[in-house]
Amino acid sequence: MTAAYVRHLAVALEGAGWHPASWREPQARPGELLTSRYWADLVHEAESGLLDFVTIEDGLALQSSAPGAPDDRLDQVRGRLDAVLIAARVAPLTTRIGLVPVATVTHTEPFHISKALATLDYVSSGRAGWQAQVSRHNYEAALFGRRALPAPRADDADVPQAPYPVQANTDLLEEAADFVEVVRRLWDSWEDDAEIRDVSTGRFIDRDRLHYIDFEGPWFKVKGPSITPRPPQGQPLVTARAHGTRGYRFAVRSTDVVYVTPLDDQQARLIRAEVSQLEAELRTSDEPLRIFADIVVFLDHDEGLARARKARLDALDGAGYTSDAAVFVGTPSQLADLLLAWSGAGIDGFRLRPGALPHDLVAITRGLVPVLQGRDAFRRGYESTTLRGHLGLGRPANRFTSV
Amino acid sequence: MSGTVKQIHLAAHFPGVNNTTVWSDPEAGSHIEFSSFVHLAQTAERAKFDFFFLAEGLRLREQGGKIYDLDVVGRPDTFTVLAALAAVTERLGLTGTINSTFNEPYEVARQFASLDHLSEGRAAWNVVTSWDAFTGENFRRGGYLPQSERYGRAKQFMYTAWELFDSWRGDEIVADKESGLFITDAGAGRFAHRDDFFDISGQFNVPRSPQGRPVIFQAGDSDEGREFAAAAADAIFTRHGTLEAGQAFYADVKGRLGRYGRSRDDLKVLPGVTFVLGETEDEAKELAHDVRLKQVSGQTAIKFLEQLWNRDLSSYDPDGPLPQVDPQLGENTIARGRASVRMYKDPIQTAKQWRELAEAKQLSIRELIIEVTARQSFVGTPYQVATSMNDFVQADGSDGFIVVPHITPGGLDDFADQVVPLLQEWGVFRTDYEGTTLRDHLGLPPVPRVKAPATAVAVG
Repeated sequence: MTAAYVRHLAVALEGAGWHPASWREPQARPGELLTSRYWADLVHEAESGLLDFVTIEDGLALQSSAPGAPDDRLDQVRGRLDAVLIAARVAPLTTRIGLVPVATVTHTEPFHISKALATLDYVSSGRAGWQAQVSRHNYEAALFGRRALPAPRADDADVPQAPYPVQANTDLLEEAADFVEVVRRLWDSWEDDAEIRDVSTGRFIDRDRLHYIDFEGPWFKVKGPSITPRPPQGQPLVTARAHGTRGYRFAVRSTDVVYVTPLDDQQARLIRAEVSQLEAELRTSDEPLRIFADIVVFLDHDEGLARARKARLDALDGAGYTSDAAVFVGTPSQLADLLLAWSGAGIDGFRLRPGALPHDLVAITRGLVPVLQGRDAFRRGYESTTLRGHLGLGRPANRFTSV
Repeated sequence: MSGTVKQIHLAAHFPGVNNTTVWSDPEAGSHIEFSSFVHLAQTAERAKFDFFFLAEGLRLREQGGKIYDLDVVGRPDTFTVLAALAAVTERLGLTGTINSTFNEPYEVARQFASLDHLSEGRAAWNVVTSWDAFTGENFRRGGYLPQSERYGRAKQFMYTAWELFDSWRGDEIVADKESGLFITDAGAGRFAHRDDFFDISGQFNVPRSPQGRPVIFQAGDSDEGREFAAAAADAIFTRHGTLEAGQAFYADVKGRLGRYGRSRDDLKVLPGVTFVLGETEDEAKELAHDVRLKQVSGQTAIKFLEQLWNRDLSSYDPDGPLPQVDPQLGENTIARGRASVRMYKDPIQTAKQWRELAEAKQLSIRELIIEVTARQSFVGTPYQVATSMNDFVQADGSDGFIVVPHITPGGLDDFADQVVPLLQEWGVFRTDYEGTTLRDHLGLPPVPRVKAPATAVAVG
């Protein structure tokens, strides 16, 4: 077995933290969630910890504690900013860390999302990524008013993983796959050397190096080419969260990184095996899919303190915190043990969801990271300048470039 | 004109994808690297400009069935690059052109409200419409909009976005850690909107932004466009021409404001202008001629001619006479994705005028096109240019200008260093920002908290 090492570490940023009462923590800045300063501070902190990337949560609808419907709670964070624009706003202020906003694929235009992410890649000099997310609810569809969602199929229930049974609407995932395909084709619709600026012939571009993508599917047709030239990374990093076989199939076909939600190292091993099996059957990319495990973390230098803090937050919210992902409560050193164990189970990296911000983010960058480094189990400096580079992925050839 | 001296408003237009942008100049840099956007925006902010302006086009232009390759091709995503520019500027307004045909109100409202938060009140929206199935081929919506419905949809789109902006009052979030009250109203953001174009409902998820809503621009000189601007826009981006034409336009749109209960200062008239500076007037004229030659190559001249003639004219010699054959009428099948082709209302008549002009002045095709297409608006020494611009504004030809440099990204540098200081010296342009938001810079009144939607406006 190879020496224990955590190859990739990312953080998922959401509002004041993933715990619904996190905004009431002493260090929380709940009045600043709509300011650029708040997000810049968080991403700077993550970059100081040499993390591969941050993801930035988003959604079409106002936050709700009720699954699939609005609620009337007044004691939780409500309101958010567009995640792609937050990422763009912090890009010029950072230099190395990857920026991976959530962008919804269900009611939006692949043409717009493609150029938005390409532009994020330009303004960050090659650090853009994307968490593709399906919108599953009819009350979200009503915000756009363009169509009703396809009805779930009889066998759509995927991973009834209590307490968060996840409905994977097969049609929505098929549409998501088409969406990603269009976005990727548009990124490649300009060859890298299409801009020639040939004064002798008066041509700015060589139009033979621009390509119509001519995509036609059940949900949309897109002609292309993009209005935005091929981004610095060629293909910005595409990621998605998946909870079961249908989600894994989507990820294996369409993404570079998948976030999975094992609850222990045994489940991690099973998920690894299932994804590897699907990769062998379905994956067309030359690069292997990177599997990241999502873990919600509540960290303090003393385990008792961490438990007390989590209990206090639960009491404030009036319910014990539950998640689709594992919930870790303890010290950075204990978390390091867990990450190394799961790495041994075939997990390529971790996306930690801080229970409270900035507390649990700082505990990662200034607690967990030094602990891992002390065990020679995490990098001591950034080793590349692009997000794909951090993930060990090369700059892909253009699918339209004739050989 | 009253006795008071008007303050000039200035904006920087990122050089676009028309032939006015001279990419062949040795000084010309990238049109897509972020550093070019930073350079122009920071130059504009150094010169205390009101705002930065970005155009948009959602399909690459084609001529004769092929992607047009003689001009700059390629642009960034508007929202994303403006959000990034918010990080490298502090006061400069950020105006983005966003199409109302190939977007949905909920999404665009989210993006503008987010941009306004992330720039602390500097966002502006230039509302444009598309009409063509050609552009529609890039979108889910596909298809096209009958030309008669373009403004109808644009209006309803914008008023729907306003309803979303107004769905938050702005005081709902209290975030009181002690009491545990984050928000005072569980119904914040609630909306239900139904008209001929949109049927949407739910809760908007971006709380009210610093300006309430973005500053609204309307571009275009048509009667319908003027009425739309008078009813709802904060600024109008118009074509620059003679002082007389400018005064007539200015008087017309300002005269329409009263009908909507608005005052003359509530709508700024800002023509897009170009300039060439020289140490002497003669040098400036010579440079301007040189720029025109670069803007209109022989090939470009033929392409321009084809746009009016709506025919393949590739066999013609740009240094020879104009075609005797008349333009082909009907839908323009030669040039696609180009708004300017709709300018020529009567192509046969225009062609006749061009032929007469060419004959009278002994002009070749290329010389004719140089003559009849956009010329530099202001040519001269910095003193002459500053004087002409100021005179134009003081004589109510406009409220200021959207300056379009012809070189990326350094084309505004000399203007910032040589023309702006004169305007400042004369007391007609700010020496520093007095407010923080774009509405402050433009001297616009605050957005009323709740604005009645479509009913307040005659839909034309």
